[in-house]
Amino acid sequence: MNAKEITSLSLRQLSDCLRSGELTAVQAAEAYLASIRENDPSIRAYLSILEEKAMGQAAETDRRRARGETLSPLAGVPVGIKDNICTKGVTTTCASRMLEQFIPPYNAHVIEKLEEAGAVTLGKLNMDEFAMGSSTENSFFQITHNPRDPSRVPGGSSGGSAAAVAANEAAFALGSDTGGSIRQPAAFCGVVGMKPTYGTVSRYGLIAFASSLDQIGPLTRDVADSAMVMDCIAGHDSRDSTSIRMDKLPYASQLGQDIRGIKIALPEEFFGEGLSEDVRKGIQLAARRFQDLGAEIVRVSMPALTHALPAYYIISSAEASSNLARFDGIRYGYRSPDYEDISSLYKNSRSEGFGEEVKRRIMLGTFALSSGYYDAYYKKALQVRTLITRDYSRIFAACDCILSPVAPTTAYKIGEKTANPLEMYLGDIYTVPVNIAGLPGLSMPCGAAADGLPVGMQLIGPAFSEPLLYRVGYAYETDCQPS
Amino acid sequence: MPAFTSEYEMVIGLEVHVELKTKTKIFCSCPTDFGAEPNTHVCPVCMGLPGSLPVLNRKVVEYAVKAGLATGCTIARYSKQDRKNYFYPDLPKAYQISQYDLPLCEHGHLDIETSAGPKRIGITRIHIEEDAGKLVHDGGGTYIDCNRCGVPLIEIVSEPDIRSAEEAVAYLQKLRATILYTGISDCRMQEGSLRCDVNLSVHKPGEPFGTRTEMKNLNSFQFIQKAIEYEYRRQVEALEAGETVVQETRRFDEKTGKTFSMRRKEDADDYRYFPDPDLAPIEVGEEQLSGWEASIPALPDARKARYVQDFGLSAYDAEKLTASPEIADYFEAACALTAYPRQAANLILTEVFRLMASGGDDLREIPVSPAHLARLVTMAADGQINSSTGKKVLDELWKNGDRDPVAYVREHDLMQLSDPVLLERLVDEAIARNPKAIADFKKGKTNALKSLVGQVMGKTGGRANPVIVQQLVDQKAARS
Repeated sequence: MNAKEITSLSLRQLSDCLRSGELTAVQAAEAYLASIRENDPSIRAYLSILEEKAMGQAAETDRRRARGETLSPLAGVPVGIKDNICTKGVTTTCASRMLEQFIPPYNAHVIEKLEEAGAVTLGKLNMDEFAMGSSTENSFFQITHNPRDPSRVPGGSSGGSAAAVAANEAAFALGSDTGGSIRQPAAFCGVVGMKPTYGTVSRYGLIAFASSLDQIGPLTRDVADSAMVMDCIAGHDSRDSTSIRMDKLPYASQLGQDIRGIKIALPEEFFGEGLSEDVRKGIQLAARRFQDLGAEIVRVSMPALTHALPAYYIISSAEASSNLARFDGIRYGYRSPDYEDISSLYKNSRSEGFGEEVKRRIMLGTFALSSGYYDAYYKKALQVRTLITRDYSRIFAACDCILSPVAPTTAYKIGEKTANPLEMYLGDIYTVPVNIAGLPGLSMPCGAAADGLPVGMQLIGPAFSEPLLYRVGYAYETDCQPS
Repeated sequence: MPAFTSEYEMVIGLEVHVELKTKTKIFCSCPTDFGAEPNTHVCPVCMGLPGSLPVLNRKVVEYAVKAGLATGCTIARYSKQDRKNYFYPDLPKAYQISQYDLPLCEHGHLDIETSAGPKRIGITRIHIEEDAGKLVHDGGGTYIDCNRCGVPLIEIVSEPDIRSAEEAVAYLQKLRATILYTGISDCRMQEGSLRCDVNLSVHKPGEPFGTRTEMKNLNSFQFIQKAIEYEYRRQVEALEAGETVVQETRRFDEKTGKTFSMRRKEDADDYRYFPDPDLAPIEVGEEQLSGWEASIPALPDARKARYVQDFGLSAYDAEKLTASPEIADYFEAACALTAYPRQAANLILTEVFRLMASGGDDLREIPVSPAHLARLVTMAADGQINSSTGKKVLDELWKNGDRDPVAYVREHDLMQLSDPVLLERLVDEAIARNPKAIADFKKGKTNALKSLVGQVMGKTGGRANPVIVQQLVDQKAARS
């Protein structure tokens, strides 16, 4: 197999080749590093490439396999990591000037899991600064281009992760999703992104944006690959108090079961104003296909969804204003050379170290938590959160999952929406309610728009229903593939 | 200097921070030991590094609940932790994890003894929080030591029920005693494991409370007393001069004994409290609560009541003896071995407290065993030695090594001389040497006889029974 062939294998195929001895981990790593060298100068997904580290890990995995050790399915598989996940000894920047030089002294829980499994870390991936944004244009360092059309954004904030997977620059990638940051870039780049149930994947070592919403999840070529990664990274971690204490779910083992009798809800609020014709058509076609596969489509209403966006921007910004307060120029991170006293050190370091969008959200969140405004904003937003959760519970009492768009449009042009943050926020309408309620959401391709750009759909289920979402998604995916 | 008084009444509420002596910190497994090399007891969590997350140490909840139970609080079955947001270089996350509207304990009280009698002081709430680090100013620079970051604290907030410096100190001593009994803290003020903020206002009785000021981080009973006295006087003088008291934080300067304005209310931070999304709510179960309750030993008030009832001690003395479990245990161990508990109490309250470095504030081990103290008390009470010999022997045992006081007295021939024939002879000799004393006495100088008693005591090396000598001198003087 040549390098191009290797990098176009799915994770599952690659894993099989590594296990059978058809390929070595070193060959796989070399192929991916070659792909990065070739493609990344135009895609610009990677903020750092860890060639030496990757080759070392690959060689070690090959040695372990040669010794006859039983290895994880991810052993020797090359992965890219979003740059807000701490990697010991490797710069972790959050795509911010503030953390340009920050080298964590410890690994995030998910990195420990991947390293135990023998996965090979290729490098750290671009993102919107501190995961705030929907196009990866808020990176301090570089603009990432959508591999499906380089004039367009890859989505965000995990735009680097989605682009790397779509461009065959990683067999899979990890991203984080606070309001759609895995699912929307997956849809824009035509790959599969899973935002797991809140508490399923440990947040230990994920640099927090909004602690009650953040979740780490995989971006992969297909649904089966996604389930394989979840098998590795999900599970209880005592270092994260919000990590759920439960047995690991059978993510990959229910794939292939049929979906006859599965009830799929279509909330009418999701098909109103603002939804592009391309996406509407894509979802309708998908719904029809699910019916053909034996599932039942049920039209439902979720009135509380109309308040989801403002509630999300208040809660996430409020938490962010507190989470990002530690970046003060005192102990690590960017410190302005220009200060006279402690107060100007704080002010100048934060003014110069953070980008516009981050500062906008910090101010928004600080305001929402201020005395005299707390009840009108933050408390109200928490009440909306309860209402949204209740709406979902009502639907899941009668249906198994929900089918919805991921984003109102397909990938837009670079620079198209940067001047209008509010318009950018509106693009999160279909993804944020899922984070607000802490539910799992699977984003996967459902065809192409008239201009050939990928359209994504989202399957949302009750808490801990990832196995079901994978089963439904896999049924769709295999049905679409020409056999 | 006589205390300043005026028609104004002072109104005081105290906020006390107590470091809990858990082995590990509140949100990570770093040790809490005091006095380590700077930044050696730290990890990503207590340093607030990006991506790190707190996990609550359940021991902290147990200890705080015990403090609540020992002070008669209602224990919240459901409480939560909140972030208090502010920028300061010793606070690595730029927020302190504390409790805002749902504290663990509420509505408690402590009963104190003052010179005017007993009084009840209300406790508003007790909540848990993390300590901040320490700034070290050295030469031209400021350094940050994060060892203390994340050391668990409880904050105990009193009602504004305190009306004098004496009451404030009595309350603090009682609070300290109560906490020491529960075993949840060392309460070492010098090491900062017990710190006190004083809120003080003045008003004329019958009028509404005045504007209060806050004095932060006072760390000795003496400073607290001085700060209160100074601040009371300052506020009264301001009002008398037609000025107003401004709501502000003031710093007490230990060297000058004065307080200085630090920060006005209008400059105060808006802490933007909100529930910490990294932490789950704290739930305390019925079984857990009753288990913790059962593990609390007899508290100072229970022991105090017993001392008053069984030993006939005054409430005031009993309060002092129960100020720490070590003292109370010591007293009780001695009482078990002597028939004279009141005399034992007296010896402890006077001589033992004097010999302890800071009058019972620093609870170092008492070098004289309770058994030896008991024998000393018995000898004195039985008249085998007189009281000044008793003090001398205690001093000797304390400073030069503990040993059996009976043997010591025997070896050094310190037994009290009570033989009336011998003593009468000595009294006669003294009078013969000092005819002037009797003459002065007859002129009405009642003190004149004291020198005679003193001479006999001196002649016997302090061993004479002072009561008998006095009687003999009185008799002789009256007859001559």
